[in-house]
Formats: sequence, structure tokens, C-alpha cells
Amino acid sequence: MRGRVLWISTLLAVSAPAGAGVKIDHWIAQSGARVNFVESHALPIVDVAVEFAAGSAYDSREQAGLARLTLAMLKAGSSRYSETEASRRIADAGAQLRENFDLDRAGFALRSLSSEAERKAATQTLADMLQAPLFPAEAFEREKASAIANAREAETLPDQVAERRLYALMYPAHPYGLSETPETLASIRREDLERHYRDCYGSARAVVTIVGDLDRDAARALAEELTSRLSKGADSALPPVAKLPAGATLRVAHPSTQSHVLLGVAALTRADPDYFPLFVGNYSLGGGGFNSRLLREVREKRGYAYSAYSHFLPYAREGPFVVGLETRRDQASEALELARSVVGEFVMHGPTEAELKAAKKSLVGGFPLRIDTNRKILDQIAVIGFYRLPLDWLDQFPARMQGVTLAQVKSAFARRIDPEKLSIVVVGAPD
Amino acid sequence: MVPARAAFLALALASGAQANPHEFTLPNGLRLIVKEDHRAPTVVHQVWYRVGSMDEAPGTTGVAHVLEHMMFKGTRRFGPGEFSRLVAEAGGRENAFTSTDFTVYHEQVHRDRLPLAIELEADRMANLAIRPEEFAREIKVVMEERRRSYEDRPRSLLIENLLATAFAAHPYKWPTIGWMQDLENMSARDARDWYRHWYAPNNAVVVVVGDVEPDKVLAWARRYYGALAAKAVPARKTLVEPPQRGLKRVTVKAPAELPYVRLGYKAPVLRDIAKDWEPFAISLLAELLGGSDAARLHQVLVRERRVASSVGADYEMVSRGPGMMFVEAAAAQGRNGAELEAGVREVIAGIAAGGVTAEELNRARVQLLAQLVYKRDSFFAQALELGELESTGLSYRYADRVPERLKAVTAEQIQAAAARYLVDDGLTVAELDPQSLKPRPVSAVVPEVKH
Repeated sequence: MRGRVLWISTLLAVSAPAGAGVKIDHWIAQSGARVNFVESHALPIVDVAVEFAAGSAYDSREQAGLARLTLAMLKAGSSRYSETEASRRIADAGAQLRENFDLDRAGFALRSLSSEAERKAATQTLADMLQAPLFPAEAFEREKASAIANAREAETLPDQVAERRLYALMYPAHPYGLSETPETLASIRREDLERHYRDCYGSARAVVTIVGDLDRDAARALAEELTSRLSKGADSALPPVAKLPAGATLRVAHPSTQSHVLLGVAALTRADPDYFPLFVGNYSLGGGGFNSRLLREVREKRGYAYSAYSHFLPYAREGPFVVGLETRRDQASEALELARSVVGEFVMHGPTEAELKAAKKSLVGGFPLRIDTNRKILDQIAVIGFYRLPLDWLDQFPARMQGVTLAQVKSAFARRIDPEKLSIVVVGAPD
Repeated sequence: MVPARAAFLALALASGAQANPHEFTLPNGLRLIVKEDHRAPTVVHQVWYRVGSMDEAPGTTGVAHVLEHMMFKGTRRFGPGEFSRLVAEAGGRENAFTSTDFTVYHEQVHRDRLPLAIELEADRMANLAIRPEEFAREIKVVMEERRRSYEDRPRSLLIENLLATAFAAHPYKWPTIGWMQDLENMSARDARDWYRHWYAPNNAVVVVVGDVEPDKVLAWARRYYGALAAKAVPARKTLVEPPQRGLKRVTVKAPAELPYVRLGYKAPVLRDIAKDWEPFAISLLAELLGGSDAARLHQVLVRERRVASSVGADYEMVSRGPGMMFVEAAAAQGRNGAELEAGVREVIAGIAAGGVTAEELNRARVQLLAQLVYKRDSFFAQALELGELESTGLSYRYADRVPERLKAVTAEQIQAAAARYLVDDGLTVAELDPQSLKPRPVSAVVPEVKH
């Protein structure tokens, strides 16, 4: 016992400086947008993310795909720069622009050199895209056609078919369950983009995250540049996720050599009190790779699959708990039954003391690896900002994981995951 | 504007390069490259074996990768799975990958746990135990990996077919994961032979990047790796692909909706950094063709002509075997594979005939130089760069000279490289012929009572 306490304090001592290394400066921009800044001069790089509560959850059933199309169209021309000029300005500065899009969030992450001319050329371009998009008709028709083509293509890929169907089963009456289809995309008009932009790209729903080689004054100016021209807009609100009375099973024919098997249920929000018990517990169930039961049973003991996992994807509303594997068609039924029994057994009895201890060692000891690049810090801070988590969230992280008890894990899984209510999708099902 | 930008980039890339990385060679021949970077209290440890699928023979394709899997299945000292468990309990992450040219094992850990990573890697460098029952299970896992990554992924199948067509003699013609038939016929003995032949300290390069002191790393390396005996590795024959004498073509039918083409052009690779300019010209060509939304393929095929919905280009100048530059394009709605291919080839022919603008060249150059700066954000990416250079027979020192070589390339050289290499005689065209899944698969929702 003494040995264990000693070991824990050693680990905490080790991880504390790393956690304390990320010092977040937080303020509200003039426009009302929330801003988080981490100053770091070790590299001549600035990373900035601007995200809005404008993800796919803000789509309607009839026009699923509008949110993603709107984001893509922000790059297609703004008041100051045409589409071509914008892409050239960013490339000429050596900058990289990536779209961030998920159920809750839509926005961009821009990486640029920190030298003033390059940084400003890149951020001015981004600022205009975000605040003065024109949605040119010609580019709209092109992007819409492209989105329709991609939606058709997605319906041929077994992994994408499986994921789309699973979300529809888990969220039959919630926008988290929507997927764009050729039909929903075809119904979108240019005016719909303008409306979606007006509704969702206001400063009240905007979060700016800045990491890197600039001082606080420059960061303040940058945050203003990126948000001062936004309309105020209204804050976001998503409907609650209804609990399902039962899970459903869906089998989809596909000529693939493997069956793609997914199980899932709506489970966890970002600000959830059960976050740490579920996160730490899931390491032993299916999040810890070779040290998790799913991979051990499915791959190591039976050679059924290359990958088998479980994970929680927390969102503003209850995000899904998902279990997945792919296996040769003729053994898909056995693999599915095995995955179900592993989950059932885990929910019933929880992890063993030894498993929980191993999970904590790995997660707490591995914490420094979650924040050892500017890119990783940007992504972590963006989550803290968007979901209004406490600013010392990262500092708390190791101790909160360390504090999880066996009873908490069992109780959280028992309350949150009913194995009887998992929805199941098998694509490329045995005939 | 442009010279100032290049000057800033030169400064950004030069800082912190003094006496770093540090290189050592142990008496048993093991190469050790250590790069200090104290930005975060973590470290990356990579072991590069100079052996990959290009060292295989027909009939046992895939054995390099199968052995990589078996490296996690226990040694004479540790049981199956112990490696992963010990690294995980130290808060570390571990994995491995196999390519045509090399096999790489890597750990990311807190700086205090580096000795554990070194101890474990040294153990499996010499003491692997390939147990028949473990092999029998793991070969099934590898076959599932092949199904998942190739059989059911039309665009991966297309790449596999492109390489099988482009190369007549060179082992780059078979996939690193191996042909399914060869996996089915593989035995534990094949894996043991592979390990016995190629896994030796004198065939390995160890790269360490992160918050470390080089002297301490050397001391640990001496203690663990230094205890292993050197052994003779098989002589490597020079493998030369005979010249291609005309356009080659392959079509792949697979479930898909969008026509998609991938074109591969035979191209030179880097051998002598002081003399070779073509690999740098081709790197810039790939960037200005497909590196961003501002690049020529995107401008012409996606935005202006609406033939493609997405395009890309890639080229690896560091390679043990012959090089290729690839261009890929997926069709826009209503366009077919022939239109797509014609569009790509017309854009490429335009460069060979008319050259590139100074603006395009500068844009591509700034992009590539900036990417080198961005690479410094990741210890892992830095280690990859050093390990790749060392294990392909070049030197890690080349990394420092890449910026100056990129800066020296002229527009005339770009055009000359395009005219010489982006030509039909060295071209292989692979086309995906989409097989529609319609009529839609019948599916049934069955609310189930589970027990």
C-alpha cells in the first residue's frame, strides 16, 4: 500500500510541470467572441483556430449537408478576395488552412509562419472568409455538385455506410443522427447558405484559439481582426437526446470481403460528471489497444480482426459510445456475439483492480504526450474554449484520472451503457 | 517580398541546428542519431531496420510486414503482449510500420522512461521467439488487415495495380502487405528466417528525438544495444528496373461511384545532394501541380474546367529503389475517366511545353520550406526525416541541406525535369472503373430483444 501511494505521488510530480506548462490566457473579444491564447516562442509558428457552433447538428433533416457546404463555401470568395486570390494568398505565405467540422463545431485551423508579413497575409485572408463571405453562385453550383458526388461515393464504401447507418439508429429523432444524401444536398439553394451563415456564424457562437509565437498584444489584435466584423447572433441550443427504449439491428448488403460491425448508443457530454470514470474505464474495455479486453479477445486470442475498439465521443449533447471491428464475412456473427459479450461482461462487473491500475498508469503517465506539440495544444485548448471547460482543465486532467475509483467506473458504466440498448449495424453481412 | 520571405525561412530553419543532431556508431555497427529538443518533456525512440518488402522474394511477399507483427509476440525473456503492456504502463505509446525500404519500431514516452524503451527494443532485436500458435493467430490478423486496407478499398487496390504494372522487374511491383496467396502459404519458418537474416545491430539505425542529453542516451544505448553481437546480413543485389518503353495502362473494377485515375511517372531519386538537382525540381513540380488549392491542377481541373472534384500530386525523393511521381484525380459529377485522364495529361504537357511562372515556382518553394519549419513542431516527424535518410543509405546531414537545394532550383530546371520525366514513355495510367452497387442493397431493420 505504501508503495502504491509513493508511486502515485512520483507520477504526479512528473506530470505537474507538463500540465503547468500550458498557461491559457482567456478574454472576451469586443464582439463577444471567446478567446483562448497560449504564448510559445520556441518555434516561429502561429496556429489559430476559429470555430462556431455550426456543425452538422445545426442541419435540418430536409437539408442535411447544409452546414458542411456552408463551411466549404466560406473559402469560395469574400468581399476583399476572390476564391483564387484567397487560396494564393494563403499558399504564398507558406500557410496551411484546414477545415474543422464535426457534429457540434464548424471552422478553420490556420497554421502560419510567425514573421509579420506572412502571418498577416494569412490571417487577413481568413478574417475576410469568416466575416464577409459572398457565396458566389458559380462556385456554389460546383461545390454542391461535388458534395453530391461525394455523398454517392460514400454510399459505396462499407465503413462509411456503417457509420452513417449507426448514427441514424442511435439518434432517430436528433440532428446528431443526420447524414447528407444526394437528395438533401440537391434541395439546398444559395439562399440557404446565407441563412445558415447568418444563424450560426455570429460572435456569440464563436471561439478563437491561438497558440504560438506572438505576444499578448498581437494575439489581442489578431482575435479582433478575426471577429470584430461578425454579427452578434444568438447563442446555440441543441435539443436533448431522447433515450431509446431499445436498440435496433440493421444488416446492409455489400460485396465487401469483410463485414463492418458497429455497435453504439448515445452516452456522454463534454461537461459530464461521469466523464473521467467512463474515459478511464473505457481504456480497459476497448480504448487501450493491446491492453484492452476487446482487442485481446477479438484479435489476440482469435485472430478475428486487425482492429477492435470502443470509444466515447463526447459532444455538447450526449455523444456516442461506439464499439467497432471489421472481420471476414463468414465469421462476422461470432465476432459480433463476442464483442457483445465482452461489453456485457464489462458493464456487469467492471474492470478488475489490476486493469484499473494499469489504465491509470498508462493514462496518467502518458499525459505529457497529449500536449507535446503546438498542434496538440491547439486542439486541446479549442475543446476547452468551445465547451466552456474550466481553464485549468488540462492541469486537473492527470489528478482527475488518478482519482477514479473502481466503484465509480462500475456505477458510471452501469448507468450509462445498457448492453441491451446498443444499436447494431453490420455492413457486408453474411447472407 | 520573395527574397525576404526566403531569408526569414532560412533563418527559421537554421536556428538550433548547431552540433545537433549527434551521431554515434557502436562497435557492433549500430548507428545512433540523437537530436536534442527540449520543448516538451517527452522523447521519441525509433529503431529503423534497413529491410523492407523490396528485400523479399516472390512466394513470400509480405514477410517483412508479418515479422513486424510477430515482433510484438514475445521474446525469450518476455511473453506475448508484454512489450505493449510494459510500454503502456510507463505511459508510453508504441507501434511499428513496414515499407518497401525499411521496417520501423517506435515508442513515445516521458523522457524518464527512455531507458525502458531502449531495453525492450534491444531485447527483441536479438531474442525474438516466434511461437507456432502465436504465428497461426497473427497471420490471420494480417490477412484481415489486407482485406481492410486493400481488398475493400478501391483506391488502394488501384495503387496496388498501378505498381504491379509500372514495374516489370523491381520488387516495388508487389505490395508491402503481400499478396493474399503468399500470406495464406506463409509459415512461422519464413518469419524466423527473415528475422535471423536481417535483424542485427549492424543493420539498424536508432533515432532519438526529444528532451534528452545525448551522453546519457549513448550510455543507455551502449548498455543495451551494445551488448548485442553483430552478424553478417545477406549481400544485397543491385536491383535495376529496365527502362520503360512506352505507356502502360491498367483498369480496376471495384464498387464505387466516382471515376478516379492515378498516373505514375518514373522519376529519379536523391543519391548525391551536392550534385542532384532533379529530385528537388520534381518535388517542386509535385507541389506546384497538386500541393494546395492554389496549385495548377486544382485551378485548371477543379475550378476552371470542372472535370475533377479533387486532385493531388506526390513524390518521395528519398527512396532505396526507383522513384515515381504520382498524380491523382477524382471525377466531378457527370465526368468520365477518359476526360479526367486527358485533363491531367494536358496540364502536365503544358508544363513541359510552356514551363511555369515565377509566381508558381516561388509559391511552391515557400510551401515546401514552410513545411520544413512546421515539421519541427513534432518530435516524431523530425525522427522520421532523420531515420529515413539514414536507412536509405544517405545521411541525416542531408536534412540541413534540403532548404538550400530547394532554393537553387530555377524555372528552367522545372521545365526541363517535366520535359524529361513527365512523358508518356515513363507513364503508367491506372483507372478505376466504378461498379455501381445499384439496385440499392435491400436492408431490414430488425428491432431485437437481446439477452
